[in-house]
Amino acid sequence: MMRPNDITIRDLSLGYGLRIVVQGMSCRIAAGSLTAVVGPNGAGKSTLLRAVAGLLRPRKGAIDTGGMAARQIAYLPQQADIDRTFPIRVQDMVALGLWPETGVFGGIGRGRWRKVHEALDRVGMLSFAARDIGAISVGQFQRVQFARLLLQDASVILLDEPFTALDAATTADLLRMVESWHDEGRTVLAVIHDLEQVRATFPLCLSFMGQAPVLGPTRVLLAHCPLCDRSAADDEEDGGRAA
Amino acid sequence: MTAWIWQTFCAPFEEFLFLRHSLAAVLALALGCGPVGTFLVLRRMSLMGDALSHAVLPGVAAGFLISGFSLAAMTIGGFLAGLTVVVVCGLLSRFTPLREDASMAALYLISLALGVLLITMRGNSMDLMHVLFGSILAVDGPSLVLVASVTTATLLTLAVIYRPLVTECFDPGFLRAVSGTGTTAHILFMALVALNLVSGFRALGTLMAVGLLVLPATAARFWARQVWSQALTATLLALLSGYVGLLVSFYWNMPSGPTIILTAGCCHVLSLIMGPRQGMLTQYLCRAKTA
Ligand SMILES: Nc1ncnc2c1ncn2[C@@H]1O[C@H](COP(=O)(O)OP(=O)(O)OP(=O)(O)O)[C@@H](O)[C@H]1O
Ligand SMILES: [Mg+2]
Repeated sequence: MMRPNDITIRDLSLGYGLRIVVQGMSCRIAAGSLTAVVGPNGAGKSTLLRAVAGLLRPRKGAIDTGGMAARQIAYLPQQADIDRTFPIRVQDMVALGLWPETGVFGGIGRGRWRKVHEALDRVGMLSFAARDIGAISVGQFQRVQFARLLLQDASVILLDEPFTALDAATTADLLRMVESWHDEGRTVLAVIHDLEQVRATFPLCLSFMGQAPVLGPTRVLLAHCPLCDRSAADDEEDGGRAA
Repeated sequence: MTAWIWQTFCAPFEEFLFLRHSLAAVLALALGCGPVGTFLVLRRMSLMGDALSHAVLPGVAAGFLISGFSLAAMTIGGFLAGLTVVVVCGLLSRFTPLREDASMAALYLISLALGVLLITMRGNSMDLMHVLFGSILAVDGPSLVLVASVTTATLLTLAVIYRPLVTECFDPGFLRAVSGTGTTAHILFMALVALNLVSGFRALGTLMAVGLLVLPATAARFWARQVWSQALTATLLALLSGYVGLLVSFYWNMPSGPTIILTAGCCHVLSLIMGPRQGMLTQYLCRAKTA
């Protein structure tokens, strides 16, 4: 892994068409930090992640990644537009995580296959390696996507609601993996709705709950705010129903 | 017995040069159409291929108007028309709310009307029939060289863009994140589709050429599990359809394009029923066993 740089967000405005979603946001996401992004539905969390991943161009201001290459930033979208009817095996999909190493033409020899199977083993999906990606459950597929993230070996990892639709055991497993990324010195930015999870695991928090997004220590921002807790939880439920 | 088999299945090709030419053309065509068609179907663009085959027509017609039945003019015209439509559709889908397939539907209707008008302005209906449905008599040396070159180019290009193309098909977002090759792969692939449609028009006709792309590829899904094995199966089925179709069209004196495509259609229906991977018969047997 290459060492990550600080990500500096300066006077950033983001939007779609005529609608402005994020306005005048400034903050600095330190290299190697572990930050949770919290806030109600429609606040602009996914929009921000998309912009940091380089998939959405800022209206105004800039996101300065200190010259990190695009492939140093890995991004797990909230709703991946992956065609799960496509005839490809789990291990082949995970092997794509080696792209920064292999490029378009590089072969996948025995050493690289071993890496792929190790990654699958770490997410507990080794026995599914030869299945088609369409023949596993949603939660299992999420684990597979984590295995691919592992191989990508990125300096910055952006996760958009990685644990929705996962059972407690899977969530705990994957949270441990996020912590190990943090220990290895990678920058991790994750959108999380479960505030208990945030308090337990994430030292920093980027909150979209107030007027403007604020970045700060979790124990300060989510210290004592039963009201925002409840409204966030309600929003989440309503959003889930409506969708 | 052996003599009879030779007499029926091989002798016509030994006897007639034009038939040998057609056979070589159709087999070469099948080699390229198998893999290209597989990707076309996997990207859920089989109907776009159909639309594209219509869109090629005004180019072929313009070539025909300018220089009669000249292979070079008609081919270049057709390819340019196909490429134009591909690029315009790509741009429209990027800069307007229309999806790529909707723009394609609009463009091909316009193109088809234009093409038919152009041909009837100068030729007669027999010419139109030849352009639309092909004729085995029309494959001469130069068109054979054309088909062979297109197939070679197709297979080489596919080998080069294989990994980005597969990734683009099922996870375009990931490809965009790790590499900038997605758009190039998409455009190259669409150009390959246009090329194969145009190179097939002598033997199969512009309307029929797409059949050799789509039918074997959809049938292959019932036999093979992975992308490469589906492409291989599709190629084998396309080769078989080409050979059998040509033979049938020779014995019963029918236009070669529709005959070959109908043969491919038979393969498709048989695969649908008997294919081991979720074919109707297999599914019925599985249900009977588990019930
Ligand atoms: N593609 C789009 N086109 C137009 N508006 C959009 C688009 N995507 C999101 N928006 C709008 O931008 C705002 C922020 O959306 P975003 O997806 O960033 O919210 P979010 O904080 O991730 O919410 P959630 O918790 O539901 O995922 C919303 O008001 C939404 O209506
Ligand atoms: Mg979101």
